[in-house]
Amino acid sequence: MKKILTIITITSILFYACKKDNPTPEFDEQNLASLSVEFDNIVGGRTFALNNTAVPYTNAKGEKFTISMVQYFISNIQVTTTAGKQYTVPQDSSYFLIKGADKATRFAKVKVPEGDYSKLTFVLGVDSLRSTMPVDKRTGVLDPAMGGGHGGGGMYWGWNSGYIFFKFEGNSEVISDDQQGDPTGKKQFRYHIGGFGGYSAPTINNIKTITVDLNNAGIAKVRKDRQSNIHLFVDLMKFFDGTNSFSIKDRPTVMFSEYSTNIAKNFKDLFTHDHTEN
Amino acid sequence: MQTRYIKYLLVIVIFVYACKKSEDIHEKVETFLGFQKPKNFPETVYNFANNPVTKEGFELGRMLFYEPRLSRDNTISCGSCHIQSSAFTQHGHDVSHGIDDRLGTRNSPPIMNLAWNKAFMWGGGIYDLDLFPISPITAHEEMDESLENVLNKLKAMDKYKNKFKAAFSTEEISTANFLKALSQFMLMCVSSNSKYDKVMRKEDNASFTTTELEGYELFKQKCASCHTEPLFTDNGFRNNGLAPSPINDLGLYTATLLTADKYKFKVPSLRNLKYTAPFMHDGRFLTLDAVFTHYIHEVQATENLDPLLNKNGVRGIAINNEEKTKLMAFLNTLNDEDFINNKLLAEQ
Repeated sequence: MKKILTIITITSILFYACKKDNPTPEFDEQNLASLSVEFDNIVGGRTFALNNTAVPYTNAKGEKFTISMVQYFISNIQVTTTAGKQYTVPQDSSYFLIKGADKATRFAKVKVPEGDYSKLTFVLGVDSLRSTMPVDKRTGVLDPAMGGGHGGGGMYWGWNSGYIFFKFEGNSEVISDDQQGDPTGKKQFRYHIGGFGGYSAPTINNIKTITVDLNNAGIAKVRKDRQSNIHLFVDLMKFFDGTNSFSIKDRPTVMFSEYSTNIAKNFKDLFTHDHTEN
Repeated sequence: MQTRYIKYLLVIVIFVYACKKSEDIHEKVETFLGFQKPKNFPETVYNFANNPVTKEGFELGRMLFYEPRLSRDNTISCGSCHIQSSAFTQHGHDVSHGIDDRLGTRNSPPIMNLAWNKAFMWGGGIYDLDLFPISPITAHEEMDESLENVLNKLKAMDKYKNKFKAAFSTEEISTANFLKALSQFMLMCVSSNSKYDKVMRKEDNASFTTTELEGYELFKQKCASCHTEPLFTDNGFRNNGLAPSPINDLGLYTATLLTADKYKFKVPSLRNLKYTAPFMHDGRFLTLDAVFTHYIHEVQATENLDPLLNKNGVRGIAINNEEKTKLMAFLNTLNDEDFINNKLLAEQ
């Protein structure tokens, strides 16, 4: 009898402990805690490195390439709880520029209500509303002065008002030295993908909303006393090898043009959820 | 004795009056009137509520407009290609002449009446005046500089710290305030004192001569649907039938990628033609006479040719020599000498 009592007591303690460890807080938009989304660049089966000329990456078309720059905008982060409650991070704190050359920029850090989240949604690019806002609203990563112009690390097109959503540059020996390739002889590829739909008339729109299901690789348990981190892999190989695969040799330079919409269709293929650190 | 006394008094009175008068003039120069919409102009397009024009902001903008540090090697200012005596264009250059003697692809358009502009550039692409200066600053063949560098150069100068503080109550030289100051200067470049304006506003007993008046009537029939009064542009983009240039400039299409926009360029104002030759987006016509010849005889059937220039299968506009003389006389009334001589807009 005493033994049974002990077992019951221990079991209750255990149950209680379990319960205590994992209460789902009530969804309260005033009760915010930190959540980070990590954009971890990879290239196919390999880690991301800049200018690794010794052993370049190889795409599905067998083209060898190295990367000299990758930068992209992540914005408008939204999360959904396991119970289906949605929270949209206030726009003013929801613009991030992920830069391959600066590891510190790989986290998009936001505040969301305490809760268990099974779905993450974000925009790859800058939404059309923000793309047409007065200059005062273009601060931080959206400052047109940021990054040294569109020839350098800048993400703003001066001549055709708007942001470059995804900037991807590198080199490949397959690029010719003529007008079709890189006439400077540097064998450089340059992809500046943008286009928010136009100020006055509808034009190309390369804004992509990406939705990631967190159920398989781990939901995000956001609590005040810990740091939940949704760890995404961003596979840059998919830029070439996604739904609309293309050859670097055929298209070494794509900027504001109709063809950019084909490449933008690959964006959703770049993102996979690897795991969540709770 | 009494007359002498009176004379003495009179001299004093004159003196006092003279003093008073000069004080008045002095005051007039000192009072900054801000942006004022001319009586005969429509409502503005620019959002002044977000950037009210102040004396300090305007003066800072003017300083920046004439500041060569906006270019990579500190040689080119906005004023280099937008010269006041040429109504803020680059007279004598078909296409703009930028840094390192590089040539652009388009004719430098006037900085004039921008508060009424909906879209900027010959080929569009920019729809907010505040965002405009980024384009010439960063263009390879214009100033070839980054905005970031420009701001860094200005930040190193105490002169600008003080000016920004006066204009925006902060020493911080931000992108927004830099661009807003430039806008304030450009918005003040209002051309509204031509003979035409004075006739319209019934000022100074101004009136058209018979030839001018006949020209005005012809203008309303043959030109005004695109060059709409009183700004003399409908703010639109149209293909006026120019043969494609050797570089095949596609105009508005470059910014929109819409087939219907191929070869469309911004309809320019017809104000100040006396000072702004050469004409068209690539400055291909050196004289107004050549422009008339184009519209009368040389309109090409290119993609998206404006229907107004292709009525009943006949291309161009029918204008005989007599009508041309009258139209020229009317167009001459659109030149605004006050504008090109306004000291407020000149480099100080």
